[in-house]
Amino acid sequence: MIARYGPRAIALGYLAVLLVLPVGFVFYRTFENGLAPVWDALTNPEAVHALYLTLIMVAIAVPANTIFGVIAALVIVRSKARGRSVLNVLVDIPFAVSPVIVGLSLVLIYGRTGWLGETLGDQGIRVIFTPVGMALATIFVSLPFVVREVVPVLREVGDDQERAAETLGASPWQTFWRVTLPAIRWGVAYGVVLTTARALGEYGAVSVVSGKLVGETETLPLHVEQRFAQFDLTSAYTSAFVLAGIALIVLLIMQMLKPKSEATG
Amino acid sequence: MIDVTGVTKRWGDFTALDDVSLSVPAGSLTALLGPSGSGKSTLLRVIAGLEGPDGGTVVIDGQDVTHVEARRRGVGFVFQHYAAFKHMTVRNNVAFGLKIRRRPKHEIRARVDELLELVHLSGWADRYPAQLSGGQRQRMALARALAVEPRVLLLDEPFGALDAQVREELRTWLRRLHDEVHVTTVFVTHDQEEAMDVAEQIAVIDQGKIQQIGAPRELYDQPANPFVMEFIGPVTRLGEQPVRPHDLDILLDPADGAREGLVRRVSYLSFEVRVELELDDGRVLWVQLTRARAAELELSERQIVWVRAGAGMPAAAPVSA
Repeated sequence: MIARYGPRAIALGYLAVLLVLPVGFVFYRTFENGLAPVWDALTNPEAVHALYLTLIMVAIAVPANTIFGVIAALVIVRSKARGRSVLNVLVDIPFAVSPVIVGLSLVLIYGRTGWLGETLGDQGIRVIFTPVGMALATIFVSLPFVVREVVPVLREVGDDQERAAETLGASPWQTFWRVTLPAIRWGVAYGVVLTTARALGEYGAVSVVSGKLVGETETLPLHVEQRFAQFDLTSAYTSAFVLAGIALIVLLIMQMLKPKSEATG
Repeated sequence: MIDVTGVTKRWGDFTALDDVSLSVPAGSLTALLGPSGSGKSTLLRVIAGLEGPDGGTVVIDGQDVTHVEARRRGVGFVFQHYAAFKHMTVRNNVAFGLKIRRRPKHEIRARVDELLELVHLSGWADRYPAQLSGGQRQRMALARALAVEPRVLLLDEPFGALDAQVREELRTWLRRLHDEVHVTTVFVTHDQEEAMDVAEQIAVIDQGKIQQIGAPRELYDQPANPFVMEFIGPVTRLGEQPVRPHDLDILLDPADGAREGLVRRVSYLSFEVRVELELDDGRVLWVQLTRARAAELELSERQIVWVRAGAGMPAAAPVSA
């Protein structure tokens, strides 16, 4: 009995204590005082702008990292070029480096006295304390996910199908769209989900470069923190609830799109 | 027809193909036979354009294709592990090359139906590769390769991943298909029986070199060197000389040129009888007898007999240094 149910109990218990309970508690506290305060918090212009800005960040970072991720994975797995192992290591840097350091390094480069910031500033382009810098920070921290999901899938699929397409007359471009991409699509989809989740929730790097200007450069995670610091708990919980909700919906959409027969392939 | 001239291919320090020349007559069925690592698959991939040679030329139907991309060579290629497009139905797999060529829809449909008929997969058009058996997948891969009417059909260990019974069925079937379609075909195998059974011409490859090219019977009866002799059929040694076990005869009395031996073991296999002998110098050889001959001799273990090469015995040419 213990051998059979023990591991399951440990796994589920671990998840319950560390994941389900805290998130569930946020949900509970959100609706603790009924729907009216929740609605007020939701329709507050600051919150609406924060949500809007967060979705913009996702809309920039996810496509950028998806395209980059698939290309990088193809280089790492398929090409024989030198430097592909270097690329493989570099891709993991955002995992290894604290987001706060990412934010600081962006300030060093693009800040008013920064390495590139001065030149750009002369052209009237500001990066730090604007959504441009926040987008850069978001892209940086969510960069590895698609690459890391696609690389093992590409390796497993092998290049036989691509070679076959080639002998059947397909150009490299046709081979990519008709053979490679369909073969790796679930890897890409899962990478997109993880990238979206990370881009939605990023706090550290974005907080450093944003300047936290309410209603201007405040994303939803920053808004949660700001409201929390102001003891406006209902607003904080509501925004947290919205963030978690979006991530959950993205995950559910992917699960629904995934046909059962292809669950393993 | 295919003409390979002086092709060399190296992987770092390893020479996969060493100055290989091979001519495949139009409409023929040729086997590239050799042990693993002999370079036979590399040669096939060079012909297909999937690998570029370091030297030499490949000519298909009079056109030098050495520097032509694989997709423009007009070859059909069948992979050992099928290389089925898993996300496409059988119909779309077979139609792939035609769609790339932007043929009209009705034409594609008609051609695919015709090919599915040819490979006995008509009822399976809307299935996915995962729903097919290994043999069916390989037939689908063959139909897919044939769809674009290739100038040559290249098969890389096409039956290698299948179990013994399906293998044998498929090779008979490939033979018949070739009689129908008549496309110049080259297939790679490490199985000498498969090569002998299916091919009209066999090129034996070892260590990146072609050891001998010829009809199956020619290779068997007149092997160019000891490697070919040993690779193409059973071999035992009478003294220093390699011989086919069925070319040896056992006598009950001494005779000219016969050597004395002790019967160690007699095994009755299906239609053959194997006799294991220990010669006077302590070496062991084995002789293959028919059931009739064995019955005639009434051999028993520990009996003293005499063994000699039969009249029609082929001798391998001396080893070229």
